[in-house]
Amino acid sequence: MSALNIKKGATSHSAYDLRASYSEVIETHTLAVLVDNEAGVLARVIGLFSGRGYNIESLTVAEVDHEGHLSRITVVTSGTPQVIDQIKAQLGRMVPVHEVHDLTAEGPAVQRELALFKVTGQGDARVEALRLADIFRASVVDTTLESFVFEITGTAEKIDAFADLMRPLGLREMARTGVAALARGA
Amino acid sequence: MTKAMTGAMPAGAKTAAKAGAKAGGPRMMSGAKMVLQALRDQGVEVVFGYPGGTVLPIYDEIFQQNDIRHILVRHEQAAVHMAEGYARSTGKPGVVLVTSGPGATNAVTGITDALMDSIPLVVISGQVPTFLIGTDGFQEADTIGITRPCTKHNWLVKDTSRLSETIHQAFHVATAGRPGPVLVDIPKDVQFATGPYMPPGQARTDNYRPRVKADPTAVEALVEMIETAERPVLYTGGGVINSGPEATRLLRELVEVTGFPITSTLMGLGAYPASGKNWLGMLGMHGLYEANLAMHGCDVMINIGARFDDRITGRVADFSPGSRKAHIDIDPSSVNKIIHVELPVIGDVAHVLEEALALWRARGSRINAEAVRRWWAQIEDWRRVNCLAYRNSDKVIKPQYALQRLQALTEGMDRYITTEVGQHQMWAAQFLGFEEPNRWMTSGGLGTMGYGFPASIGVQVAHPEALVINVAGEASWLMNMQELGTAMQFRTPVKQFILNNERLGMVRQWQDLLHGGRYSQSWSESLPDFVKLAEAFGAKGIQVSDPADLDDAIREMIAHDGPVVMDVLVEKHENCFPMIPSGKPHNEMLMGEDSTEGAITGEGGALV
Ligand SMILES: Cc1ncc(C[n+]2csc(CCOP(=O)(O)OP(=O)(O)O)c2C)c(N)n1
Ligand SMILES: [Mg+2]
Repeated sequence: MSALNIKKGATSHSAYDLRASYSEVIETHTLAVLVDNEAGVLARVIGLFSGRGYNIESLTVAEVDHEGHLSRITVVTSGTPQVIDQIKAQLGRMVPVHEVHDLTAEGPAVQRELALFKVTGQGDARVEALRLADIFRASVVDTTLESFVFEITGTAEKIDAFADLMRPLGLREMARTGVAALARGA
Repeated sequence: MTKAMTGAMPAGAKTAAKAGAKAGGPRMMSGAKMVLQALRDQGVEVVFGYPGGTVLPIYDEIFQQNDIRHILVRHEQAAVHMAEGYARSTGKPGVVLVTSGPGATNAVTGITDALMDSIPLVVISGQVPTFLIGTDGFQEADTIGITRPCTKHNWLVKDTSRLSETIHQAFHVATAGRPGPVLVDIPKDVQFATGPYMPPGQARTDNYRPRVKADPTAVEALVEMIETAERPVLYTGGGVINSGPEATRLLRELVEVTGFPITSTLMGLGAYPASGKNWLGMLGMHGLYEANLAMHGCDVMINIGARFDDRITGRVADFSPGSRKAHIDIDPSSVNKIIHVELPVIGDVAHVLEEALALWRARGSRINAEAVRRWWAQIEDWRRVNCLAYRNSDKVIKPQYALQRLQALTEGMDRYITTEVGQHQMWAAQFLGFEEPNRWMTSGGLGTMGYGFPASIGVQVAHPEALVINVAGEASWLMNMQELGTAMQFRTPVKQFILNNERLGMVRQWQDLLHGGRYSQSWSESLPDFVKLAEAFGAKGIQVSDPADLDDAIREMIAHDGPVVMDVLVEKHENCFPMIPSGKPHNEMLMGEDSTEGAITGEGGALV
């Protein structure tokens, strides 16, 4: 293959995509997609993922601009860098999509998920559940003599870790919101 | 908006809105009337459709006007293919009108075909009244759900006051950026209700504005790439034709100033003239030897409006291994989807070529003439292989010969060609020459048997005086033969040139190469007498089987002022070569004389 022959200083920055070729390593990316909140828009986005065989690890959607009728879809997906680029390009060309941000690639971002846990039990297990909830800064949002409902926010990993601890202590049910994420800084 | 208003005030949505208000506010009308008004304001001349319960109000409006012509088809799939033929031969969007339920589901194949080939269509479907949606009402189908993955976008209009703006937006989305089909689903009560009509200038379209001008840095890098190329090839596709006549002109200019060899995909034929001296012929699975080897051996590949489809690349890992690649495309998702390119140039072909040529002149650019001359000498060697050679016969009509004669006898005429799908389609691409864009209509991406006949009618509706020929296989042609009724009713003198090998020829060829010659279900049994079939509809039928009679038969077909079904009985066992078997690289091509034993092995067998 002949070398790229671009005169020095001819351009302010290179237009060439100089990556030799894409890596085969699977990466996880969090994408924020701003869409018109019109009927069927979520089906469109999900249909794109299923139709083209992309992964969805987590999906969160809610209207964030009531006047502009804009919803923000936060989707955590995984794939090779080429697949991730394809996903962004495919999302970007959909008519109701306004913006696509790759929060993983664009710089540091905060990611949070909220979960509710129902834990039932009596005696030591119940006390231990409460003590661990305290360590995880989970709050009790409902209680009976045999049960707690804990509310916890954090990264997906933190919630997974909390679930692992609660399972032997009587975890009955769990509800998770999926990831919400924003870029750090102004 | 009237002429006087535009003359008095600067054009623009806001001005038009004010002008409308001064004239006493928006016009109120029924949803059904609005559909016709919007189509008229969009410059629509013809609608291809079929009535039914949920579009009766719209058909009632069609009855009461004369501006827009309605072509009554015999099956909704055919309506969509006709609209595709109309769109591809004119560059204007095609319009389709179908009823709910079965009308809409019948249209799905055509809509998918248009999506794959980037053809601008506006499909309007009726829907059950809003209060019945979700109740499994009579002829209710979730048309929006069904067509979501096969349209560029679609809309369910639940409120008459939103209808006219939605139709204008539909035209905008269908034609802006990479073109494609869109669908507007209109419940019957929305057609009956009254609402304000919004003219096209006021419709909001700013939320969908694909980028047409490329990054200047990328254009500069493109020019540098052209300057330094030693073994260049221009690889062009349907994007050039979709970009419009200016793109074709600029492409020809680029070839002129660089002297580079140029090839094209099936979709792009005609953008560069087949008689041009730099023309290598079509590339790909059944492309020419010289075109495919140039792609394989080049050091610079400039993809202009093509998309590295699997029919083009063969085995991706071995695709043009030694080249730097640039890719000009208006759709960012086409870039780096299959083949990694060093230089993506996102923009409209005409815009990019214009800027590149301007820069080329401004810089006083030159090509590496010595290296390119050596490259041409190499290409000339490949050309001498004469890859399209076939063994002719004076006993039986060879399909290639039939097409060569068709070419010879129609050359220079105002001619449009459509095709069905199969061997005949590939032979047509190889043996017919296209001098201009928009003259070749074939189902490339979806490969839809049954496309060519209705498409030919759509082309003829747009070009009533032209010679329109559908090169067909007998099996494909039967898939939409009912449109003979449409051709007769609307006096479209389309010529159906059927290469009848009594086989699903392309299937038979694959079974021959890949499945040990076990011809499972690839016989065309119980074929009709095509002459009698034509006559039953009142059309002309011709049958020819002797090569000596072929020329006269073709002349008779052309001379007849009306639809003709011409049954050309051809060799039944001919295979289409050259061929790059699935899973093979470009430099491992099967040629006509070669043994075809064991051609496709290993994972290639799983490819289609
Ligand atoms: C709707 C549809 N069904 C099936 C196929 C698969 N297919 C591709 S070519 C072909 C045979 C076409 O036969 P014919 O029209 O006689 O053309 P020939 O190859 O004989 O020239 C078939 C069945 C297709 N392309 N489209
Ligand atoms: Mg056949």
